[in-house]
Amino acid sequence: MSSEAALTPTEYIQHHLSFLAKPVGGGGSFWTLHVDSVVTAAILGVISIGLLWWVVRGATAGVPTKRQAFVELMFSFVDDQVKGIFHGKRDFVTPTALTVFVWVLLMNAMDFLPVDIVAKILGAVGIHEWRMVPTADVNTTFALALSVWLLMIYFSIKVKGVGGFIHELFCSPFGSNPLLWPANFLFNLVEYISKPLSHSLRLYGNMYAGEIIFLLLWLWAATGLVGTVFGAILGVGWAIFHILIVALQAYIFMMLTIVYISMAHESH
Amino acid sequence: MNINLTLIAQAVSFAIFIWFTVKFVWPPLLRAIEQRQSQIADGLAAAEKGRQSLEVSSKQAEAAIAEARNRAQEIIAQAEKRGSQLIDEAKNAAREESGREKAAAKAEIDQEVSRAREALRDQVAALAVAGAEKILRKEINAQAHADLLAQLKKEI
Repeated sequence: MSSEAALTPTEYIQHHLSFLAKPVGGGGSFWTLHVDSVVTAAILGVISIGLLWWVVRGATAGVPTKRQAFVELMFSFVDDQVKGIFHGKRDFVTPTALTVFVWVLLMNAMDFLPVDIVAKILGAVGIHEWRMVPTADVNTTFALALSVWLLMIYFSIKVKGVGGFIHELFCSPFGSNPLLWPANFLFNLVEYISKPLSHSLRLYGNMYAGEIIFLLLWLWAATGLVGTVFGAILGVGWAIFHILIVALQAYIFMMLTIVYISMAHESH
Repeated sequence: MNINLTLIAQAVSFAIFIWFTVKFVWPPLLRAIEQRQSQIADGLAAAEKGRQSLEVSSKQAEAAIAEARNRAQEIIAQAEKRGSQLIDEAKNAAREESGREKAAAKAEIDQEVSRAREALRDQVAALAVAGAEKILRKEINAQAHADLLAQLKKEI
């Protein structure tokens, strides 16, 4: 960090908060790709899901290995949560929840990597902008939330039919009186908009704030001996507290996924 | 906080990961877990069955032992009865035998007595005759007076 002391605090934070953005096609504000988020997320997804797959491929019904037991523990943890909320065939919901949980947990956990060391290493190979935490990118969390939202609508239509879906849009929660249709529709509209927003922004906000606090602490750590000591101590403290946030946010994201999908299965 | 193409890229990777988990990760483990569950259930059922059959057979064994004990008791009682019967029989036989012997001896004694008495009577009769002969010295014919003598003999 001392080598970057020439940077002003604002520059330092801005540096760490800028994405490796690549314009795609003609450019324009939408046609940009955050390569760092996409690549990190993909690598973490491949690692986590691949690890699960690797363990599960050799799964036996007999005495499980420690690896298998661990994966089974995770599976049954997620499956228990799903069982408590969702009453139906869990062939799709549990694996989805598991994917969300494992993937989001790993993406959140990237927050623990010391940003400056990672930046140094990546800088050595010519990459100067790289945000390690994909879930601190609103695109990632919104992508997940929107996917869940689409699944929600898909299952809603699949279970109740198009007619049932539209009927529910206009006739619940207040009643099927035509006078109440606008109110019902407005209510559902708000609900359908707020669900993905709250789903994604909750995770994004937590991770982003975590990142900022780390950056502020490292900024303090660069101000001299006292700053380094206290920055390190508080950094450890925040990291330990952040373990809770990382796991909790992954858990909450998974639970909301299950809740939204199971709500879509219920008719009103 | 600008929404851009990353959103779609992430959604696509999410979809791929979900598909992969649903297709390749979930089924084998679920199968293994369910198989193990059924194995455990089978094992528990077998253990329960074994416990029950053990109970049944131990009950049977108890019954068999009880029957054997009863039977042994019966046999012993029978043997005891038979023994005492034998003793009674032997006692009775001995008693009868002794009674018979006593009766025979008594009969013999009676016979002896009557014989002796007879002999005595004869001798007394002879003595009386001899005495009378001596006293009378006269014509007293033993043959002629045989009736008298016999009468006399009876009175003695």
